[in-house]
Amino acid sequence: MSQTEAMRDLHSAATSHRGDRVFNRIVTAAAFTSLVVLAGIAIFLGFQAIPAFQTQGIAFLTTTDWDINTDPPTAGIWGMLYGSVLLAVIGLFIAVPASLLLSIFIVFLAPQKVAKTLTNLIDLMAAIPSVILGLWAFYILNPPADEWQRLLNQYLGWIPIFQNDSGNFLGTPFIAGFVLAIMMIPIVTSVTREVLGRTPPDLINAAESLGCSLYTMLRYVALPYGRGGIIGGVMLGLGRALGETIAVFFVLKVVFETNWYKIIESGGGSVATLIVGRFGEVTGPFELQLLLAAGFFLFIGTLVVNVIANLIVNRTGRLQK
Amino acid sequence: MTTSEFEGVDALEETYAAASRTDSKPLAMKAQDVSVWFGKRKVLEGVNIDFPEQSCTALIGPSGCGKSTFIRTLNRLHELLPGAALAGEVYYDGKDIYSPDIDPVYIRLQIGMVFQKPNPFPSMTIRGNVLSGLKLSGMKRDNHDEIVEQTLTAAGLWTEVKDRLDHAAGELSGGQQQRLVIARALAVQPHVLLMDEPCSALDPASTLKIEETIRELSKDVTIIIVTHNMQQAVRVSDYTAFFLAAENEPGRVIEQGPTTEIFSNPKDQRTLDYVNGRFG
Repeated sequence: MSQTEAMRDLHSAATSHRGDRVFNRIVTAAAFTSLVVLAGIAIFLGFQAIPAFQTQGIAFLTTTDWDINTDPPTAGIWGMLYGSVLLAVIGLFIAVPASLLLSIFIVFLAPQKVAKTLTNLIDLMAAIPSVILGLWAFYILNPPADEWQRLLNQYLGWIPIFQNDSGNFLGTPFIAGFVLAIMMIPIVTSVTREVLGRTPPDLINAAESLGCSLYTMLRYVALPYGRGGIIGGVMLGLGRALGETIAVFFVLKVVFETNWYKIIESGGGSVATLIVGRFGEVTGPFELQLLLAAGFFLFIGTLVVNVIANLIVNRTGRLQK
Repeated sequence: MTTSEFEGVDALEETYAAASRTDSKPLAMKAQDVSVWFGKRKVLEGVNIDFPEQSCTALIGPSGCGKSTFIRTLNRLHELLPGAALAGEVYYDGKDIYSPDIDPVYIRLQIGMVFQKPNPFPSMTIRGNVLSGLKLSGMKRDNHDEIVEQTLTAAGLWTEVKDRLDHAAGELSGGQQQRLVIARALAVQPHVLLMDEPCSALDPASTLKIEETIRELSKDVTIIIVTHNMQQAVRVSDYTAFFLAAENEPGRVIEQGPTTEIFSNPKDQRTLDYVNGRFG
């Protein structure tokens, strides 16, 4: 007994104040609450998804019929899942270049005051409720977008993605993707601006002393340096786009057939919009379960995208130290 | 004072010899009446220095005397800082580099620069770093392998990296990175190489290597080096200019001339005090 040294627990001594203990527990509890809520949603949706799978099997994910009144009823959300991704990709095609150019302007070109104002304005864009954006798109964006798409079809119609057979240019994936792009721009811009702004001055100096132009400096130094962070920002934007509901609801005509590539043809799919569109007129508890099952896969999809985004952003953060 | 007060006695004698050899060289660059401002603050006043070709000129002086600022005016990097302003002329190749018809990119390619902290591009390989100047400036060259070997050899790094040119530049030690950066600067074939305290972040062994490199290079390229290490100035330079800024006043050149004279027989009392380590 006498040989054992008396080890003093310094850590608990340091946190033994009563106030500290209470505060620590509140923080810990709050942190765990968010985990519990997340797990609760996953479990609830997962359970609700079981009947859909029991009746439809894997066809629920791979087919596009939605006929509840037949016996047996058929339901498949492939067109919606694919549509969600298609809209997000269209959104990315518009939002990523726009955000990159915006952040390059803010970080490397704009005078300080302009840069600050612009940064605040773009951050404010993120605060616009999506229902407002949806209404704006419906009343204000639709008419000019109709024109743009007619022009695209007229001059670039030979490219398959710009085909349109119906002559109807409203409710297209293009318009919905455009609205999503507007919602992604603030997120992607704020991340890329941050990343580009952290390019070490040492490296910029080196590039300048080697006779760079802004373009070559970006291409060979700043963008490769910030690549991980930029990809992470894009993934965060993607996560936002996949889950967006109301804004898309106003401008997309939801059809169950899969619209594979005709982005300026009326009609497309979106899981979130399917749910909100059908929810008010569900024919019974079974259809409700089908919608919740669709929600489960949407939840899994956005969760995966967000986790990957965070991993990438964290990894770059470590590299930069 | 005797030369034995220096650690680098041999080197000093070598530079004595070098100085007598280089006395009548034509000028690579010339600063004439250069004054520099940051916003309203004047940091340098009336600097006149000649830089003879294919030699090494050291700019010495205590911290805050404006020597680093001055070296950045020599390849037009100074103007990229907000609020930077300049008066006077800097001549290179017979022309004022600040005259409106001169392209700053051309100047930066002719007059290369090595910085205080080794700054290779982390996303590029060793080879990629050497060739980065060609990409950044849009220069077209076909003999890439030759350029890589030549410049790395000139920078004294070739034997250490020739088997791992495709490895990341970040794998190299600090001293190796600094030599890589020198190779990178040489790859665009500058006539003048500016070095802003290139050894201040390095250990003594790496410093020695870089100094050897500088001595070798100054046979072909004009080198202008800022250093706060007086022994280093003695070891590597043929000429020295001593900068000093009185309190709340812009920096000025107190004295300049062959390194041997500045260190053994300075005309100004302040130079004598500084080179003997009485202040700074």
